[in-house]
Amino acid sequence: MTTTTGPEPTLSFDEALASFDPVMGLEVHVELGTNTKMFCGCPTAFGAEPNTQTCPVCLGLPGALPVVNAVAVESAIRIGLALNCSIAEWCRFARKNYFYPDMPKNFQTSQYDEPIAFDGYLDVELEDGSTYRVQIERAHMEEDTGKSLHVGGSTGRIHGATHSLVDYNRAGIPLIEIVTKPMTGAGERAPEVAKAYVATLRDLLKAMDVSDVKMEQGSMRCDVNLSLMRKDADVFGTRTETKNVNSLRSVERAVRYEIGRHAAVLSSGGSITQETRHWHEDTGITTSGRVKSDAEDYRYFPEPDLVPVAPSRESVEALRGTLPEPPAERRKRLQAAWGFADLEMRDVVNAGLVELVEETVAAGASPAAARKWWSGEVARRANGEGVDVPSYAARIGVTPAHVVELESLVTSGRLNDSMARQAWEGVLDGEGTPTAVADARGLELVQDTGALEAAVDTVIAANPDVADKIRDGKVQAVGALIGQVMREMKGHADAAAARQIILEKLGQA
Amino acid sequence: MTDLTRATAAELADLLGAGSVSSREVTRALLDRTAAVDGAVHSYLHVDEDGALAAADDVDRRRTAGESLHALAGVPIAVKDVMATRGLPTTCGSKILEGWVPPYDATLVTRLRAAGMPILGKTNMDEFAMGSSTEHSAYGPSHNPWDLERIPGGSGGGSSSVVASFQAPLAIGTDTGGSIRQPAAVTGTVGTKPTYGGVSRYGLVALASSLDQAGPCSRTVLDSALLHEVIAGHDPLDSTSVDAPVPPVVEAARRADVSGMRIGIVRELTGEGFQAGVQARFDEAVQHLVDAGAEVVEVSCPSFTYALAAYYLILPSEASSNLAKFDAMRYGLRVQPDGVDAPSAEQVMAATRDAGFGDEVKRRIILGTYALSSGYYDAYYGSAQKVRRLIANDFAAAFETADVLVSPTAPTTAFRLGDKLDDPMAMYLNDIATIPANLAGIPGLSLPSGLADEDGLPAGFQVLAPAMADDRLYSVGAALEARLTAAWGGPILDRAPELEVAR
Repeated sequence: MTTTTGPEPTLSFDEALASFDPVMGLEVHVELGTNTKMFCGCPTAFGAEPNTQTCPVCLGLPGALPVVNAVAVESAIRIGLALNCSIAEWCRFARKNYFYPDMPKNFQTSQYDEPIAFDGYLDVELEDGSTYRVQIERAHMEEDTGKSLHVGGSTGRIHGATHSLVDYNRAGIPLIEIVTKPMTGAGERAPEVAKAYVATLRDLLKAMDVSDVKMEQGSMRCDVNLSLMRKDADVFGTRTETKNVNSLRSVERAVRYEIGRHAAVLSSGGSITQETRHWHEDTGITTSGRVKSDAEDYRYFPEPDLVPVAPSRESVEALRGTLPEPPAERRKRLQAAWGFADLEMRDVVNAGLVELVEETVAAGASPAAARKWWSGEVARRANGEGVDVPSYAARIGVTPAHVVELESLVTSGRLNDSMARQAWEGVLDGEGTPTAVADARGLELVQDTGALEAAVDTVIAANPDVADKIRDGKVQAVGALIGQVMREMKGHADAAAARQIILEKLGQA
Repeated sequence: MTDLTRATAAELADLLGAGSVSSREVTRALLDRTAAVDGAVHSYLHVDEDGALAAADDVDRRRTAGESLHALAGVPIAVKDVMATRGLPTTCGSKILEGWVPPYDATLVTRLRAAGMPILGKTNMDEFAMGSSTEHSAYGPSHNPWDLERIPGGSGGGSSSVVASFQAPLAIGTDTGGSIRQPAAVTGTVGTKPTYGGVSRYGLVALASSLDQAGPCSRTVLDSALLHEVIAGHDPLDSTSVDAPVPPVVEAARRADVSGMRIGIVRELTGEGFQAGVQARFDEAVQHLVDAGAEVVEVSCPSFTYALAAYYLILPSEASSNLAKFDAMRYGLRVQPDGVDAPSAEQVMAATRDAGFGDEVKRRIILGTYALSSGYYDAYYGSAQKVRRLIANDFAAAFETADVLVSPTAPTTAFRLGDKLDDPMAMYLNDIATIPANLAGIPGLSLPSGLADEDGLPAGFQVLAPAMADDRLYSVGAALEARLTAAWGGPILDRAPELEVAR
């Protein structure tokens, strides 16, 4: 085992891409949201006291036997279908044999050459609106290992630790591993493609309600395989496998970093070592982990303690019927229904606002108002806290009903746009509903036409030249007068009404 | 008063049911017998006197209270040390599990307890059931009550000798390649390997998952059937457990009817390689069945030639993986490596496995690790699985023309302790006739066919039936037993030498 601690030389991204094409393969592990573990009845709740959610089966006690969780198999099939995969008519579990203290049986019950789902794809939309199709090699079922905590070292890794603690609560949690085929041709968009793939997969799995897909809690974990091939080459280069890249941003950064590092090694005449790499979130670099050698041999063989999984075609079709609308299709449908331009829709999607806008429209707001109010000030504030708008809104207790109310204050003529913005800020500041904020701040358009007419008269009198132009038919000059009327009214006027009165008084209505 | 230790389970059940004897009396008598003879026989690794008496008292109390009890309630039993027993040590005959007390009961043990059967103790075995003699037990061999210098069979020599020496009327064995049937054969007792999946494996510490099957050991065919019925049946905790009604084994044993039954003699499992006296008793037994109304046919199972080779690839492969869990991390032995400061987990695992496993276990782990290795898998494990399929096909074809198949259980009578210890191949060959049933998952029973002329030691007669037709074993076994017992003028064990009683 070799461990390097410092950063290695890297080439700039542009330099790297000038000479090399990146080839990626992503392996995503997803913890299924089943109530019980893959092969026993233990609960799966996150965050319990260590080793309290265990039994003879998931502790691998002598004599204990696994029984497959039928709900997990259904989830696996549904995931396979959502990824446009074929579903195996008959497949088995296999034992992956290797020794590690957090693996109770010293073999992991997994699937090897007979995955439950295989040969699919997932279309990923990129920021520029184009689509990259990620080919899916397989999705298979397996059990999670326990969790080791290495104590006494500075890094939390086993290197330098004085002792280790193992929590077996996680041992036996059902996992689906989704493996892509090599992703080629992405070029300089490789980091974006990788991130977009993981994000799309996350949204899909969330919409299917098969996992809570929380990367920060480890219920979705990503390993990034990357290699570079020279522009004129026709075989893939040697790859590295960067483990546990556990946020969307890190996926993008890790791909970018490894491209630069590989390019530096290859450009200087070196060769890439096939190895696992550790991703360091804080410094944004990878360091060498375990060297993968040919000697590593998991001695896979069919798990004799389990019977084959043989889902009937009828049951597979029944599960297909339970799939939600794919997020991409759903977005297209919503965009049409909402009448958003492509750019507007993309902004809504990228800001993670689709559900919030949908709920707000359902609550009675117009799509335009929903988009407008959730993307302005509130987005700025959410960004400032480093969270997305939905979680920010949930935290401060601002709801779609607030937007509906705000919009009705505008359409009813009580507030103009600038007042509405003030009212919304008050709502975000926790001052209450839009109506309450408007009341408290005295926000109200002046409905008294007498006052408005007086103000118009004053402004016309002060601007005889402009008034004459309008009388002569240059109606567009009215804007200059409206602005002055609004100032005269200290903002508490309806600009449309002011325009109407000016034009009437100057014989243009 | 009758000697309670020599009574069969069926007789004890009658006495207990009639209230003429208490479970405590029976249990006490058997524990006293153990105190007297087990120093010489060494059937037990652990005797649970307090637990057995408490269970007996409980049954007696419930019987007095008028509760409806299982037919075998109060009949004590010994359990092979490979079955997990809550609160009772379970070592599998290995140092690596010395002192381990499971926090749970095997399903089979749960059923014994539910039936009210006091568990006397845990019986000796070859380490992790690897062997045919108990000589590979880390705690020393058991001895054959017919001749203490000889093996009681293996791996279940503790369970065979415990019933043969009248320390228990019943015992649980497990059979991966013959570990119930071969010990029965060499001790003049009865043992059944049920259909694979017929009895739950939950709590049976796995040797080879696809071959292991727990079953009954006793002195009579009916007793095995009675016990078979207690432990058999579907278990949701064992995926490979068969979800179907238990075959009517007790009814078959009681009727003992073979009239019109077609008995197939397997050509490949007779003649050459079988001891003359064993073969002679087998031939006579077949004649008894003909006299009882059965018809004899000869069948051929050509793939059996490869059975031993396939078995010794599949078994070590599965065992190498099953035994990986013994790593000193969570339970059992933990050995610190010599001369290493702050050893790593891997170093502790290696030192523990080196100290905790015996030679035969290491031999098979190495064999299995090799057979599963990348590049060798197809040639070894893959080919062995193909042979397994061919053997199952041979059986299927044979059962087209025969209702049951018969053969001598083991090629020889009990050999002397130490005779084959340095020759693994000779030891392995002792299971030549029993292994095919495990590879095909079909049931088999062994009962005594008599004593071989040349050494006066018991020989075994094996009956094999199609999967889930376990009742046929008992029809044939009981019919043959009745005729042989009549011919001998009493149970074969009446002719075993009296064991010297320790005081």
